[in-house]
Amino acid sequence: MMIQEKLAAQFFFICSIFSVLATILIFGFILFLGLPILQENNLLQILTQPWSPDTNAFGIYPMIVGTACVAALSIVFAFPLSLGCAALISILDRGLFSCIMRKTVQLMTGVPTVIYGFIGIFLLVPIIRELFEKGSGMCVLAASIMLAVLVAPTMILFFAGSFDNVPLSYLYAANSLGSTKVQNLLHVIFPCSWRGIVTGVILATGRAFGDTMIALMIAGNAVHIPGSFLDSARTLTSHIALISAADYESIEVRVIFACGLVLYCTTTFLVLFIRFLEFLSKRKLP
Amino acid sequence: MNSKKDIAVIFLCWLSGIVIIFVMMFLTGYLAMKGWNALNFKLIFGSTNPLSALLFKKQVFDGLFPSIIGTLLLIICSVGFAVPLGLITGIYMAEYANNFIKIMFGLFFDILASIPSILIGLFGFSLAVFLHKHVSENIYPCLLISCLSLGLLILPYIIRTTQISLESLSLETRVTALSLGATKLQNLYHILLPRSFSGIMSGVILAIGRCAEDTAVIMLTGVVASAGIPKSLFSKFEALPFYIYYISSQYTSPEELANGYGASIILLTICAFLFVFAFVIQKSLHYRALYCA
Repeated sequence: MMIQEKLAAQFFFICSIFSVLATILIFGFILFLGLPILQENNLLQILTQPWSPDTNAFGIYPMIVGTACVAALSIVFAFPLSLGCAALISILDRGLFSCIMRKTVQLMTGVPTVIYGFIGIFLLVPIIRELFEKGSGMCVLAASIMLAVLVAPTMILFFAGSFDNVPLSYLYAANSLGSTKVQNLLHVIFPCSWRGIVTGVILATGRAFGDTMIALMIAGNAVHIPGSFLDSARTLTSHIALISAADYESIEVRVIFACGLVLYCTTTFLVLFIRFLEFLSKRKLP
Repeated sequence: MNSKKDIAVIFLCWLSGIVIIFVMMFLTGYLAMKGWNALNFKLIFGSTNPLSALLFKKQVFDGLFPSIIGTLLLIICSVGFAVPLGLITGIYMAEYANNFIKIMFGLFFDILASIPSILIGLFGFSLAVFLHKHVSENIYPCLLISCLSLGLLILPYIIRTTQISLESLSLETRVTALSLGATKLQNLYHILLPRSFSGIMSGVILAIGRCAEDTAVIMLTGVVASAGIPKSLFSKFEALPFYIYYISSQYTSPEELANGYGASIILLTICAFLFVFAFVIQKSLHYRALYCA
């Protein structure tokens, strides 16, 4: 019996090591295949140059700017909406409407991204084209709006969860002093759950950075630094998707591994940052 | 008496709630309106007889049937790869790991969970190239590589749900059998796993939903626009989300576009159904925890 136990424990441990190895292996493969590029050309050069294969310039700077623009704008759109919605669901209304809303938002988290992209092409892009009368409608603005619709449900559920975690004693104390629901919200719940709010925003940013289909289908994929919201842009993820169809030995495909490294390092940094925030919050409580 | 600021804040919160619901209803209504006409047997089976297509006697060339079969095969194979590994890892994390290992491994699984799906597709692509060069000339991006990559994509979700559902059992449930002399394995097999089964099941169903809808991974690892039913694990295949993407950029007639809308409705229905199913299972867990011993 003891041998069986020991064997089982070892077997479980080996399986877990295998899962951890998967994470390291992904990083290792991308690094290994991107290393020749990084050794030939300067890393800084790749990160800051524009992309034009004809003139032998293989920098991914426009794509980095495109990703940053689309993700930042989508968070700007989604954050107030999510905050208001989460406040509605968990604080301001306890009736049927907020119940329906919570279920709807939970259902929205399961909608496939390719459907958002599909609807974006045929519904949102013509609207933006007509509204602004400039360009083809496939621009940073359209992609950001659709991306905001994508990340909003996750943010809403996360915010609502952190609002629900505020200790009831605080709310009772505030109520006993005569505060209204809104005063509770603004002066008790928001200050208490600001860490949860920051974590939710960072998670949504990670999701917005990593999304491929919406940026691929709606943002226009032009390889230049977007000058305004109505310019077409290309993100790192759609760059990887578009270039991977090219000839494998060519230098373009090698550079997408550099793109992959940038994405991997960004998301790893965000995860570490969230862990750091959690560590800080645990240290503060006695 | 509500002050002006209170009224403004309440108004803004209700406004954001109504905007979100409106957007969702608008999206589903638009999809349903445009694709409703295309939802018939012709969409799925093309011009082939449905019965002979279902029995794999005849090939379907202009319908969604190969895509649906491809997605189904993807789900089965990737879940078959990821669930045993994820289950065992989750059990290890919940039961056998000490605190330091929990934090370290948990960090790695968080990183794995937040990797963009296109990077996992890139990994699968580079794995295929590596195998092509060093193992066998016949290995191209195919169903097997896609299933492995999709399995990697859903692995962290399964680990996390297994760990959480095992850890959320009450302390009494977890130690009573041990105090009566059972070994850890006996405790796991007879007590813990049956009780946390619903939680694990709902996690697996959510992972199935993720498999069905992901496009970026399969785009880089072997999905093509028309390949029929895959004959073996090493052949190319079709999938429903890729069909939608392909139609959106390469449609040549209004009928094809309507097919795209129909495919979107089918995919949305599948994902919504899986989601509701997982939710129902979780509710039954809650009911059992409250009202059964």
